[in-house]
Amino acid sequence: MSDLEQFRQETRAWLEENCPQSMRTPAKGFDDFYSGGRNPEINHPDQKLWCDRMAARGWTVPHWPKEYGGAGLGKEKVKILREEMARINARSPLDSFGISMLGPALLQFGTEEQKLEHLPKIARGEIRWCQGYSEPNAGSDLASLATKAEDKGDHYLINGQKIWTSYADKADWIFCLVRTDNSGSKHEGISFVLFDMASPGVTTRPIKLISGSSPFCETFFDNVKAYKSNLIGEEGKGWAIAKYLLTHEREMISGFGAAPKKSVGQMALETIGSDASGRLANGVLRQTIAQYQLDTMVFGATMARVGDEAKAGQGLGAASSIFKYYGTELNKRRNELNLAALGEQALGWDGDEYRGGVVSRDWLRSKGNSIEGGTSEVQLNIIAKRVLGLPDA
Amino acid sequence: MALVLNEEQAMLKEAAAGFLAEKAGVAQLRELRDSGNEQGFSSDVWGEMAQMGWAGIAIPEEFGGLGYGYTGLGLVLEQAGRNLSASPLQSTVLVAATLIGELGSEEQKQQLLPAIASGELLVTLALQEGSHHAPLQSVASAVRDGDEFVLNGSKLMVLDASSAATFIVIARTGGDPGDEQGLSAFLVDAGTAGLTVARRSLVDSRNVGALVLDKVRIGSDSLLGAEGQAWPGLSRTLDIANIGLAAELLGLSAEAFERTVAYLKERKQFGRVIGSFQGLQHRAAELFAELELGRSIVLQALHAVDDGEADLALMASAAKAKLCEVAQRATNEAIQMHGGIGMTDEYDIGFFIKRARVAQHTFGDYNYHLDRFALLNGF
Repeated sequence: MSDLEQFRQETRAWLEENCPQSMRTPAKGFDDFYSGGRNPEINHPDQKLWCDRMAARGWTVPHWPKEYGGAGLGKEKVKILREEMARINARSPLDSFGISMLGPALLQFGTEEQKLEHLPKIARGEIRWCQGYSEPNAGSDLASLATKAEDKGDHYLINGQKIWTSYADKADWIFCLVRTDNSGSKHEGISFVLFDMASPGVTTRPIKLISGSSPFCETFFDNVKAYKSNLIGEEGKGWAIAKYLLTHEREMISGFGAAPKKSVGQMALETIGSDASGRLANGVLRQTIAQYQLDTMVFGATMARVGDEAKAGQGLGAASSIFKYYGTELNKRRNELNLAALGEQALGWDGDEYRGGVVSRDWLRSKGNSIEGGTSEVQLNIIAKRVLGLPDA
Repeated sequence: MALVLNEEQAMLKEAAAGFLAEKAGVAQLRELRDSGNEQGFSSDVWGEMAQMGWAGIAIPEEFGGLGYGYTGLGLVLEQAGRNLSASPLQSTVLVAATLIGELGSEEQKQQLLPAIASGELLVTLALQEGSHHAPLQSVASAVRDGDEFVLNGSKLMVLDASSAATFIVIARTGGDPGDEQGLSAFLVDAGTAGLTVARRSLVDSRNVGALVLDKVRIGSDSLLGAEGQAWPGLSRTLDIANIGLAAELLGLSAEAFERTVAYLKERKQFGRVIGSFQGLQHRAAELFAELELGRSIVLQALHAVDDGEADLALMASAAKAKLCEVAQRATNEAIQMHGGIGMTDEYDIGFFIKRARVAQHTFGDYNYHLDRFALLNGF
C-alpha cells in the first residue's frame, strides 16, 4: 500500500472515530462558523470539542509546519484530508482571520520568535484576531492612514481610530497598520504591529449594517501600548506586508463568486413556471439568469485554469488579478437575481415563512463585497496600471 | 486534462503565430479584397499550411492526419483569428472533415479524409436555409428514386463555396421541419447537374455561396451515414464547429484589444496620453477580465472535445455565446477608443469588427447559443 493510500485509510478511520455527528452538517452561514478565542462564541458544544481534537493533530492548519501548530502535510495529503472530511460532510473545525490572513503573513515576514509565539495559538483557536486597516479617512486610499505610533523605547504609544474592523468586539488581538513616520511618501512610514485588544485604551463600537447584522466595528485607540517585539518586519516597511495580506483577503472574498448548489434558473422555474417549450415563462428574467449562469461557469473555468497554471509551475498569471473584482460582482448579480426569482419570498426580514430573512439579508450584505478588501474601482485601477501598463493620470 | 498547454501545443501555437503573421495577415486580407480574389484566400498560402500538416491537424493518423486533436486545431484557429487569416481551415478542416469523421463509412473516410489532410480536397457544409442558423428547420428535400436520390432546395452561408469541390448537403428524407429524425447528409460534387453555386460577398471579404438544388440526382452511395439519421453526428459537428469559431473569436478579440491598448498609450489629447484617463482605463480593465474568462472557456471546451466529454453541447454553447459577447465588446470598443481613425478603411482595426460579426453569426450567434445554454440548463 502506498504511503498516500495508507494516509487516506488512517485519516478516514480517525475522522469516523473523532468527528462528532453534529459537526457533519454544513455551518448555517457566517454566524455559525467557529472562530475560537478566549471567550469563543459557541452555537453547539461540539464545536470546541471538534476544534480541539483537530488542533491536537495539527489539522486545523495541516499545511503549516509542526513547530507552529500545523501537521507539516504536503499538498497531496492536505487534499486527501479535505476529501475525507468532505466525504462525511465534516465542517471546518476553525475559521479565523488568524488562519486565513495573519498566519500567512507571519510565516512570510515574522521572526522565528514571533512565529513560535503567535502561530500555535492561532492553530489551536486560543486567540482570535482582527484586522486594523481602514480608517474613516483611509478607505480605498488605504495608504493615507493616520493612526499614530509614537516611539517610547521598548514600545509604541498608539493613538487613532480604525473603522470596518471585522469582529473587533469579539477579537483578542489585532494586527494593525500604524504610522510610525510622517516625513516620506504615504507608502513609507507605515508599520505592521500586533497588540492585545484587552490593553488599556482600546474601545470598540459595533456598526449596524443595512443587513441588520454587525460584523464590523469602529475601533478607538487612546494611548495604547504595543511592544516592539510585536513589530512585524522593519519599522516603516509595513506597506509590503499589508499588500501581501490584501491578496489573501481578496482571494477569500472572490470565493463568494463560486456557483451555488441550486441554480437561480431552477429557483425561478419553481416560482414562475415554464412555457410549452420548457423555457422559463418570463423571457426577460430568463435572459438575465442565463447571462449570470454563463458568467459563473466561465469564472469557474478561469479559477480552474489559473490553478492548473500555478500547479504547472507557470506562476500566478495575470488572470488572477480579475478574481476579486469579478467574483464579487458575480455575487451581487446572484443576490439581485435571488430577489427577482423569489419575489415576495425574498423580501421578508424575519419569520419562518421567510427562512429568517436569509435571502434579503444576504442580498444587502453582498453590496459590501465590492467595497471591502479594495473596491471594484480600485481593482480596475490595479488591472489598468499593473497588468495593462496604462499610465497614471 | 489540466487547463494548460503542453510543450507540443505551445510550439504549435508559436509556429502558427509566426507563419500567419508573415503570410496571412491583415495586409494580405486587404490585398485579397482589393484585387477582387474570387475564392477569398490564397491557394499558395493554403498549400504551405497543408504542407505543415494543418489541413489534417485534427484528422486521426490512420486517415492521413496529424492526430493533434481539436485542442491543436483550436490553437491554430486562435492564431488565424489574431491575423484574420483567410483559408479553408474553418469550412474544410473544422467542419467538413469532422462531419465526415462522425457520419462517414470506413470506405468514405478512407476516400475523403486523406485527400482533405493533404490539402488537395476542399469540402464544405451546406446547411443554413434562412437568415438565421436553425438546423432542425431544414426543408430541403431528398427523395429516393430507385438507386438514386433527387435533391431540391436552397442553401445559404455555405463557407468557401466557390472553391469547394464537394458539398455536404443536409436534406430531409423524412420528418417535418423541427424534427431530428429524417435529416440526411449527402456528398454532392460541384458541377453536378441541377446544382448552381452563386458567390456572395460578405462584410469580412471572405467568400460564401448560395446554392440552389434543382432536381439534383445523385447515387445512393453519396449518402453520408444512415438515411434520416444525420442529426446526432451533425449536432456534434456543429458543437465542435462552434468551439473552433470561439477559438478564432478569442484570437481576434485579443488582437483587437492589444492594438487598442497600444493606441491608448500613444494617442495624446489634452496634453497627455488618453490611456491615462480613468474613463478609458476601467473599460479596458473590464475588457481584459472578459478576455481572460473567454480564454478559459475556450480551452475547457477544446479539451472537452478531445476528452469525449458528455456535456459537449453545453460547453459549445457556453463557449460560443461567451466569445460572441467578448468579440462584440472588444471590436466595438476598439473602434470607439481609436476614435475617428478607427472609422477609416485605411486603418486596419475595421477589418476586425467585420470578421468578428460574420464568425459570430456562423452556426448560431449569441442569441441562439445563450437560448440553447438556458435550455440545456433546464430553463
